[in-house]
Amino acid sequence: MEYEPVIGLEVHVQLKTKTKAFCGCANEFGSKENSNICPVCLGLPGSLPVLNSQVLVSAAKVALALNGTIRNFIKFDRKNYFYPDLPKNFQISQFDMPLSEHGYMDIKVDGQAKRIAIKRVHLEEDAGKLIHPEGTACSLVDFNRAGTPLLEIVSEPDLHSPEDAYVYLSDLKLALQYIGVSDCDMEKGSLRCDANISVRPVGQIKLGTKAELKNMNSFKAVRTALEFEFKRQVKSLEAGERIVQETRLWDEKKEATFSMRSKEEAHDYRYFPEPDLPPFTFTDADIKGIRKSLPELPKERLGRFVASFGFGEKDAAVLISDKELADFFEACLKIYNEPKKIANWLIGPVLSHLKSNLSFEALHLSPENLTKIISLVEDGTVSNLAGKSILAEVVETGKPPDTIVREKNLGQVSDVDELKKIIEEVAAVNMRSVDDYAAGKENALMFLVGQVMRKSGGKANPKIARDLLAERLKKT
Amino acid sequence: MAISKEEVKYIANLARLGLAEAEVEHFREQLGSILGYIDKLKKVDVSKIIPMAHVLDIKNVYRQDTVLPSIDPQKVLQNAPSREGQFFKVPKVIE
Ligand SMILES: [Zn+2]
Repeated sequence: MEYEPVIGLEVHVQLKTKTKAFCGCANEFGSKENSNICPVCLGLPGSLPVLNSQVLVSAAKVALALNGTIRNFIKFDRKNYFYPDLPKNFQISQFDMPLSEHGYMDIKVDGQAKRIAIKRVHLEEDAGKLIHPEGTACSLVDFNRAGTPLLEIVSEPDLHSPEDAYVYLSDLKLALQYIGVSDCDMEKGSLRCDANISVRPVGQIKLGTKAELKNMNSFKAVRTALEFEFKRQVKSLEAGERIVQETRLWDEKKEATFSMRSKEEAHDYRYFPEPDLPPFTFTDADIKGIRKSLPELPKERLGRFVASFGFGEKDAAVLISDKELADFFEACLKIYNEPKKIANWLIGPVLSHLKSNLSFEALHLSPENLTKIISLVEDGTVSNLAGKSILAEVVETGKPPDTIVREKNLGQVSDVDELKKIIEEVAAVNMRSVDDYAAGKENALMFLVGQVMRKSGGKANPKIARDLLAERLKKT
Repeated sequence: MAISKEEVKYIANLARLGLAEAEVEHFREQLGSILGYIDKLKKVDVSKIIPMAHVLDIKNVYRQDTVLPSIDPQKVLQNAPSREGQFFKVPKVIE
């Protein structure tokens, strides 16, 4: 029997605001432990939360970008449970009236378009951070993260392969980065993803029993964990076993999921309206205003790049796949209006430098530098090859391209007399190739051009050298 | 509505309250009469009433996204039963 996986993803995104959701403590990653805390985020008696207006705006932007409806009346609820990272013993969240519902995201997997429904987007606060020092009987608690704003984005079980999940996550992250509301850095925990997965025979409508997967630390880990879990569940079913509804942890090293096997008392969160926060309202005009404030989203930018610059969809997709890269491209364009040439340089050599060091700033690369290099190549001052080594040097040292050309003496030799001299020398020691060419062997010309390039230390202008050589060989 | 001893113990556990056997019976009676009153309220027709989200007639109380000083960690930590450096220290919890 053939089985298919049915996958739903629950994504938590930290909103990049200056302050926490309900108090004025800094919302900052990497501060010294317990330095951004106050009576509100510690849940001390008598303190009252007040909502950060920016949190609601950022959340609404995301909801609208994901094509969701926005509720006109918003309230918060308490989710009650005990855990050492939760100082108030409840989390401020949203239960029966989430900020947004009925959203969707269109993705393309292997050329096939799919619409993934997004069930809900709601706001809540994050918990603190627990550290478990090895070999001790204690855990350490840092409340810097407690009370920072989190957005929970829950998809419908519309994903039907681990690859669907991977593409959905990548596109979601990109959209969030374009909106500018989150870093979406899984390593820093600013984006976290849990996955629900069940399997069913292809063609069956009824859903199977699902397992919840946790502890994936990258999008690739999500994909691999889902691949593993799909196989595990299919194997179980084929062996005549039943799937148990449970939470399973992904073990990156063992590349397997393991049942948490905790007592797993049924959760009873006793949600009730948060009495310390008043309700909030959005007028239709508010929503319109927020929609208007949305920046160009990745899909729109892709469309524009294809339409305005005549790029293939594949190249355009590479350019928009990182907001910084796309912004850099457009900044270059303002200085040097050659979209295709800039795109080629970015997608080729620049991207290969970026791979190891993912920011333009770290690469010392500015739009001015890059367009300068491209124009040096285009006007024949340096060869294409030299252009690439200038780029490497800029990345290495941050020196201006002009300086590098001078210092390394990379200027291309286009001077006819100088080239003729080199050609004579090359012809003298390669008589056979000269004869071969005379005998009609076209290949010999390319060989001789190669020799000229070599003799000139790669600096001969290849086009002029070729023309001069062809002329010189005709004479013999 | 009557409530069982088991339910009282379950609720006490959710609230992390330790009850003696006599207290369980005591609270069973009290909670039972509260629920009895709720049963009475349930008979009122509220089908045309929107559930209330807040007792006060206020809405849209915001704060600007401006950083305010946090409090001195030492002041907070002096109340902690146990600490290590600037961390709160608790018995090991691991999922
Ligand atoms: Zn605070």
